[in-house]
Amino acid sequence: MNGALLDWFRDPANWTGPDGVPTRVAEHLRYTAVTLLIALVIAVPIGAWVGHTGRMRWLVTGANAARAVPTLGLLFAVSMLVGPLIKSDLAFVIPSIAVLVLLAVPPLLSGTYAGIESVDPEARDAASGMGMTGSQVLWQVELPCALPLFLSGLRSATLQVIATATVAASVSLGGLGRYLIDGLASRDYTQMVAGSVLVALLALVADGVLALLERYAVSPGISGRASRVARTRATSRATADSTLSVGPAGATALAGTSSERDRT
Amino acid sequence: MTWALDHLDEILTRAVQHAWLAGLPLVLGLLIALPLGWLANRKAWIHGTLLTTTGLLYTIPSLALFILLPSILGTKILDPVNVIIAMTVYTVALLTRTVADGLSAVDPATRQAAVAMGFGPVARVRSVDLPLAIPVVAAGLRVAAVSNVSIVSVASLIGISQLGYFLTDGYARTFPTEVWVGIVACVLLALVFDLVILGIAWLLTPWTRVRA
Repeated sequence: MNGALLDWFRDPANWTGPDGVPTRVAEHLRYTAVTLLIALVIAVPIGAWVGHTGRMRWLVTGANAARAVPTLGLLFAVSMLVGPLIKSDLAFVIPSIAVLVLLAVPPLLSGTYAGIESVDPEARDAASGMGMTGSQVLWQVELPCALPLFLSGLRSATLQVIATATVAASVSLGGLGRYLIDGLASRDYTQMVAGSVLVALLALVADGVLALLERYAVSPGISGRASRVARTRATSRATADSTLSVGPAGATALAGTSSERDRT
Repeated sequence: MTWALDHLDEILTRAVQHAWLAGLPLVLGLLIALPLGWLANRKAWIHGTLLTTTGLLYTIPSLALFILLPSILGTKILDPVNVIIAMTVYTVALLTRTVADGLSAVDPATRQAAVAMGFGPVARVRSVDLPLAIPVVAAGLRVAAVSNVSIVSVASLIGISQLGYFLTDGYARTFPTEVWVGIVACVLLALVFDLVILGIAWLLTPWTRVRA
């Protein structure tokens, strides 16, 4: 098996053309990027607004309750509903992206919301005490403080999208999932395993990149990297650990209230 | 609706298979995550290593894991054992952190009181720490249960029999009713899991209902 797998990766035919690894990886990344962009545009303003005003929290709870719907079913149902309405090559792409967006929104929404919700009220009070307006408080205090939870929401959304984009090959979407689904259809187990290895690698690399982003984008004062802050916070170490720790399960930290890493 | 009633037997058979594939890993995962979470809670470096490792495992997309496991374990690709193991891996990844969080949330004063009353380390964990962590662990289990039910349906793509079959079959035959029946059945099953876990947690924590 391993020999066959190595041969697959060594075969130049698998590295060129529309079915080559570079093309498939690029496709997969493109779907993921487009989906996340659309989902961010939808989720961040709503999450920030709900967190800032404290109104309409049911939006976040509602988005999370939808998790029980099996993603595969959603993918098939939407493709069958929307697919026939579109008369171009996009007939497969649009329904898949729509479902991917639907799946990426809840973790982003609850990440943004929970992040802003969890901002220390004293920090918020101090900001208004300094004369900041509502939008200044949001931009200069609440959003930077919300960054850790928002980024763990972004990580779960990204993984969810990468995983589901793979499954979406069964509704004719391109990307790395093609190797898995086409390999299954032609009983080419080597190709399936090779595709699975690539998907797993892509997910691990994407998660690693976001973990680095989480590490360097979050203000040291918030992440506890600044030593002075670390010392004063040492007493509340346990809480800081569970909210700010780096790790894909970072989203798990906010699971108690709302979001959880969605999986496909 | 008529279709669902006509195929009730088949739906129930597949629902039982689905419940088995999603439920057994929950039990196995919890049994593995309890000692791991306890270990993670004792030493900081174990905490970091364990949570990073389980986090990495959790990152692997399910369809890829279903396909990779047979070549790692030497099982047949159609063997449901692959799904059970993959789901157990995900459950452990999710619950190790929850168990560690739940145990670390136990009030130190309570723990000291238990030690002062003469509880040994093992007896203390069993009769004081773990029971107090039940609400947190149950919350983690509910999340794992819902996500397991959804992920198991993906296994129908590689031909493992469960409720996901209605999704793939309905799509292949362009028969939306069947897909919707599959979706509703999955959601209902997730709901049943949720209620069962809530019920068990309720039964196990009578002290939370004692009025002061």
